[in-house]
Amino acid sequence: MTSTPIVQLENVSKHYGKVVSLRNVTLEIGSNEIVGLIGDNGAGKSTLIKVLTGVEPPTSGTIHVRGQKIDASSYTVKEAHKLKIETVYQDSSLGEKQPLWRNFFVGRPITNWLGFIDVKAEKRIADQIMRSTIGFRGVGIDVDTPVSRLSGGERQGVAIGRAMHFDSDLIVLDEPTVALALKEVNKVLDFIRSIKAGGRSCIYIEHNIHHVHEVCDRLVVLDRGEIALDAPTASMTYNELTDFLMSLHKQRIVGAA
Amino acid sequence: MAAIGREVTPTRRNPVAEFFKIEGTATALVFVILIVLFMITAPRAFMGYRVYMSFMASVPPPLIVALGLTLVATAGEMDLSFPSVIAFSSYVFSVLFQQYDMTWLALVAALATGTLMGFVNGVVVTKLGIPSMIATLAMMFLWGGLVTVVSNGISIAIPDIQGSLIHTIMVGRIGGVFPVQMLWAIGIAVVIWMILNRHRFGENILFIGDSAKVAKVVGIAIDREKIKLFTLMGFLSALAGAFLTVETTTYFNSQGTGYLLTVIAAVFIGGTSIFGGSGKVAGTVFAALIVAVIEAGLVASGIQGFWTRFFIGLVFIISVVMNTAIEDPDKVPLIKSMRSRMRS
Repeated sequence: MTSTPIVQLENVSKHYGKVVSLRNVTLEIGSNEIVGLIGDNGAGKSTLIKVLTGVEPPTSGTIHVRGQKIDASSYTVKEAHKLKIETVYQDSSLGEKQPLWRNFFVGRPITNWLGFIDVKAEKRIADQIMRSTIGFRGVGIDVDTPVSRLSGGERQGVAIGRAMHFDSDLIVLDEPTVALALKEVNKVLDFIRSIKAGGRSCIYIEHNIHHVHEVCDRLVVLDRGEIALDAPTASMTYNELTDFLMSLHKQRIVGAA
Repeated sequence: MAAIGREVTPTRRNPVAEFFKIEGTATALVFVILIVLFMITAPRAFMGYRVYMSFMASVPPPLIVALGLTLVATAGEMDLSFPSVIAFSSYVFSVLFQQYDMTWLALVAALATGTLMGFVNGVVVTKLGIPSMIATLAMMFLWGGLVTVVSNGISIAIPDIQGSLIHTIMVGRIGGVFPVQMLWAIGIAVVIWMILNRHRFGENILFIGDSAKVAKVVGIAIDREKIKLFTLMGFLSALAGAFLTVETTTYFNSQGTGYLLTVIAAVFIGGTSIFGGSGKVAGTVFAALIVAVIEAGLVASGIQGFWTRFFIGLVFIISVVMNTAIEDPDKVPLIKSMRSRMRS
């Protein structure tokens, strides 16, 4: 990695009351790389992402974005957006009852000085994104369609298209393929490749180890709030990876007993 | 680039369905049906213009509150404190007019009082974390009790305001018949529509009501927007109180209490989602008229006044079901099972 990393976490911890969700996590995300984030339920994946994208402040530790130290108290989702970090959550990135065009621009609408939204411009741009960036060519979907009528894959497409439109350098995908048909999974995997092809970086959180191994440059395994592995994908075969994860699992059972 | 294809199923456009997709049409239709009905049952009252003029004099105060409550309900919240805010602003206005001869300053003071009360409501809801339905119920008692204490429980009559400039501008009669306050109310409805459908604030309200989780991850400052919302609601309640006071030239401490249930009914009869995330300003306007028309129409038809609430309840249920069915027929279990039976 020659250039400054996009994000650096140093000794980041997060406690919820007595529950320790992250313990001294140190992690770097470089430019133009796809990092797979793996871990069991409760391993701290979601918490890590929340801390990284300004949804929740860390209990301790420091965050640097492009070499600049972030003040945790004023770091919000809006700040993260300004720093070109965008998250696509599995099921909570889009407003169900709202039309597509609103969903593209919510949080950062095109407005005049009084705060009134330029609906025409928003619809036009939303239409462009749908046609070119994410390639919606179906009949029956337009910018006025409410999200509730889209399929799971289409929703991921809208959210990823939104992130690309706002020129994010780092796009975080939170289990984008959960509950998708196989055909749609392949499309989402193509999206992830196109993120890299566009010169951006991506953190890809996934349960399905096969998908991660297929598209990621680097693998990070979280286990009970700590990083258990941080290695280039090329250094491990798929089988070695599954064996490693199984060994973590066994440790835990021994530890619990 | 990945392309997400869809099976091409050409959807035939149903003109009836398209018509009802336009905001407020369903409610407007109910309103027209009721008017026609009362024209038959009470022709003497409903064929003349006087009854309509009297609606337009009495509907604006509850309508203005209902417009504010439409925004509140769209955000998935509730405000039950508005009757007390109406009474409080009415008291402030009446006292300042009666004792200090203030007119416009009295109006500004009344509006400022209501706005402040709304702000406090918003802070209680967001910062103390009490669900708004409960918090504003408490605030209704609190503000209502306070105004009774401050006013010593006595009423204030301000008949002298008739003929003054503020009276003419707020509640005068154009051509001696048409109540000006209806024009103000329509103007406010247009502004509220613009805020909800064309303003950044309205969009934030829509997403907060749709899903708080989504609103949070897209970077909406939820607490700040909710405080703004309750503050606006307080302002509009106070404005309604001012119109009511200038029109009726009195203050009494239970003023506004009679609006509590009919205003809430108007918001949901108008098609605003009970679940939040969708608000119908045009629907609220027609629904406020519907509630007033039912009251007057039943009495004029010779039916006992006691029936009013029964019929409002009936229209309430029919409207909410209709509006839900227009949004998504499968959300109404009865229609859903009927449709699935028809398919099989």
